[in-house]
Order: sequence, then C-alpha cells, then structure tokens
Amino acid sequence: MNYELILFFALSTLLLLAAGAVVTLRNPVHAAMSLVLTFFTSAMLWILLRAEFLGITLILVYVGAVMVLFLFVVMMLDINIAPLREGFARYLPVGVLVAVIMAAQMIFVLGARHFGLDKFAAPPALVEGSNTEALGRLLYTEYVYPFEIAAVILLVAIVAAIALTHRRREGMKTQDPSKQTQVKKGDRLRVIKMASESKEGHGA
Amino acid sequence: MDDLLLLVWTLIKVLLIAVPLIIAVAFFTLAERKVIGWMQVRLGPTEIGPLALAQPFADTLKAVFKEIVLPTNADKFLYLLAPVLTLAPAFAAWAVIPFDQGVALSQIDAGLLYLLSMTSLGVYGVLLAGWASNSKYAFLGAMRSAAQIVSYEIAMGFALVSVIIASGSLNIEKIVLAQAGNAGFFEWFWLPLLPMFVIYFISGVAETNRAPFDVAEGESEIVAGFHVEYSGAAFAVFFLAEYANMILVSFLAAIMFLGGWLSPLQGWIGGPLGEPSFVWLFAKAGFFAFCYLWFRATFPRYRYDQIMRLGWKVFIPITIVWIAVIAILIVTKIVERGV
Repeated sequence: MNYELILFFALSTLLLLAAGAVVTLRNPVHAAMSLVLTFFTSAMLWILLRAEFLGITLILVYVGAVMVLFLFVVMMLDINIAPLREGFARYLPVGVLVAVIMAAQMIFVLGARHFGLDKFAAPPALVEGSNTEALGRLLYTEYVYPFEIAAVILLVAIVAAIALTHRRREGMKTQDPSKQTQVKKGDRLRVIKMASESKEGHGA
Repeated sequence: MDDLLLLVWTLIKVLLIAVPLIIAVAFFTLAERKVIGWMQVRLGPTEIGPLALAQPFADTLKAVFKEIVLPTNADKFLYLLAPVLTLAPAFAAWAVIPFDQGVALSQIDAGLLYLLSMTSLGVYGVLLAGWASNSKYAFLGAMRSAAQIVSYEIAMGFALVSVIIASGSLNIEKIVLAQAGNAGFFEWFWLPLLPMFVIYFISGVAETNRAPFDVAEGESEIVAGFHVEYSGAAFAVFFLAEYANMILVSFLAAIMFLGGWLSPLQGWIGGPLGEPSFVWLFAKAGFFAFCYLWFRATFPRYRYDQIMRLGWKVFIPITIVWIAVIAILIVTKIVERGV
C-alpha cells in the first residue's frame, strides 16, 4: 500500500463521516461546521487527484465565502430543535424511499459497469505547465462564451437579489458621509447672547 | 523509506519556519509596546531583562500558566477548537512564502491561490469563538469581525489579481522574479499597480482586524470583541495568530509589490548592495510591520459603517477598474509583462 492510497482511504473515511454528521448532528452550528469539514476533505481528495486548481477554489469559494455566510445566518437564527424532530417517524418511510431511489439511480448510472476503470483509461498527463494554466486557457479560449454567459447569469442573480431586498422603503435612515463631513459648527450649535445675571436676581 | 525521509525532512523545514515565526511574534509584541510607548512619549516596558528583551517570554509564561475559564453554557468543543482554527491557517499560509530564490517550503504553481484560500479560513476561528462563548459581547464582536474580514478579502483578492495579470504567474517565486530588472525599484509592481499597492496594505490591516479598523475588539463598546471570554493559553493562541497574520501581510506586501528579495539598487550599482538577498525582503517586511504599529499609535478608530463603506464602495470599484487598466497596459505593451 503506498502513501497516496493510505491518504485516499483516510480522507474518504473522514469525508463520509463528516457528510453523515451534517445530517445527524442536532445543533445546526455543528452541522454547518461538519459541512465545512466535508468541503475541505473533498478539496483534499481533488488535490490528491492532481486537480489543484479545483481543490483550492473549492476551499476559497465554498469554505472561505459561502459557508461563512451560511454560518453567519445559522448563528443568528434562534432555532428550536424539538419541533423539527417531531415528524421524524412520519416522514421516515418517504425519506428512505427517496434515498433508495437516488442510490439506485447513482449505482445504475455511475456503477463500475459504465464508469469502471476499464472503460475510462487514466487521462494522459496534462500539457506542459500547471493544471491551473491549462484550465485558464481552455476557459478563456474554447469555452469563452459559456463561461461569460454563466458569469452574466450569476451577475443578474446578484442584481435581482439586491433589487428584491433593497426596494425603496419608507422611513429608511441612511447616513451620507459627504454630508456628515461638510457639517459646519453653525449647523449644530447655537450661541445665545444673554445678559449676565446678578447675584441679587438669582433668588437671593 | 524515501517517503519517510521526505516526511522527516519536510517536518524539519516546517519547524525552521514555525519556530522563528513564533519568536518573531514574541519580539513583535515587545516592539509594539516599545514603539507605541516612544510615540506617546512613554518608555514602554523596561524591567524584565536587558532592554526588556525577556518581557515577551515573561508574558508567555504568565499566559500559559493561567487558568482557561470556560463560560457557563459555552459550547466546550467549539470554544476550545476556535483558537486552533485561527492559528492553523495563519501558520499554514507560510508554506508557500519564499524567503529567497528557491528558499521556500513549497513552490507550488498555484501558490497565490493557496495563500488566498488559507487567509480566507481564519474567519472561522473568530466566528466560532464568538458563538461558542455564549456571551453577547463576544457574539457582537464576532459578527462585526467576520463581516469585515469577508468584505476586505474581496478587495485584497482583486488587488492580487492585478499582480497576477502583471506577472503572468500564480507562482510566488515567479511573481518576484517578474519584478527583476535593471531600473532598480522602478521595476517593481508598486509603480504600475500603485492604487492596488495602497489598497492591498490597507485591506491587509482591515483583514487582520488591527487599528484603525479594530472595531472587532472595540474595547470602548464591546469590551474586547470575540475573545473577551478567553483567558490564559487560549487567549495567547488568538494573540499569536493575529500577530502571525500581521507579519504575513507585511511579507506579502513586500513580495507582491516591492520586489521581495530583490535589491532596490539592482542594475545601478554593483557589489553586495545591488545583489538580491533575503535581507532586503526582511527589511521591506519590517517596514510594513512597523507601519502596523505606526497606524495604531496615530489613527483614531474608524466608525463601523465607514469601514464597510470604504471596503465595498471605494476599494472594490477601484480594484475592478484598475484590473481593466493594467490589462490594457499589458496588452498595449506600455507595461511589460515580467516573465
């Protein structure tokens, strides 16, 4: 058994355990952290397959950005866990059915009969230079239209999400820093001239 | 057997980076107290050892022997995991930092990507520390800090994208070598990427939650932010991670924009002053580390909404525009691509 194989089995075991923990842990923050571990471990597996760009990007995008926001929301929610578990027995048969169908489909399609090692020879070693460079060249030359279109669709989704949540609302208070810095003393402070009061007049 | 030898050899190299880093952090804290002291016409620490040089070790010993207090109803596992999750990426990022030509633990081709992904992991420790402490001050501090780190990461990433465009490589050593030339420090990337250079370092300060962007601690409003409940060694680990990250940002600014280990006089004079050397890298990084202390002693704390405005509405648009500018400069060959 060589070093890579040991690593592969260790990482896949960890991956499966973490993925299982995502759905079984009761605390939503613990579950979210298990999902982080799941992403991280699969990134390690990809790097083991010499797809270092994909692996690092998975960490950068999913672990570094998406899951942080996820955790942010989960932490701020006050989730009462008891009602969530009430219908467990009732939904169990349906859940098991869906799971079995999905597993069967995946075994049927992705099983060794169609996707075995004998069907797909190991890909030839990548062209000169790094995987990242080769991927970049492909994305920006051969697949430039699909790539750009996907980017524009994502942009539209962002704009739509912001437009939906940030409609003009009544009574919204916002600060305008340029106005704040232009404030003069006279706008805030009023100096009143008044005659000095004598001691006799002061209730003596 | 070869695998085992490689493992041992790598472990030795890791220690050769990690141990000096920890010592550097120790003396950096002393330098901070001394420098800020002098700037405020005080003396700073004077008592322990000659020139107070033993002060950081006394502080470390004190922290290590203190009790780690566990708050009531704290999530024990995550509470103790959080400092480790902050420290690990802060140290792991050093794996790809080259100290001189060919002197790095690992010279991977996707080095810059690795760096970005490692620095983006540090936020988990902050978030979990705030949440697991079961304290509202800690939680508010964690929320502030996480939002700030995530926001400035974008500007920082875009600034590095412009470096990638200018150098044509993700390999950090190649990025440094792309800045070599016969015009001394005019060859470095700070000149064509001047706005990015400024934005990168300011974002780095915000990313490490340091003054004037240290609202995560904000001791006047929320006591000490996300690590308010931590004591003893657990607090020391947060401290270590924060300072290791500051030194990392200083090194990165020197490597990405000031030519790393290249000499500022290269091509102008011969002799040792014109030769590339790791001394130059440490001098440049030392300057940025000093700037961190200088900022802290000089600027008042930013207001939180101003920090977010600066990140999202000022820095990110500038970086996006400058990526286009540098791309046009490269394509029209006004600025020569390094490699």
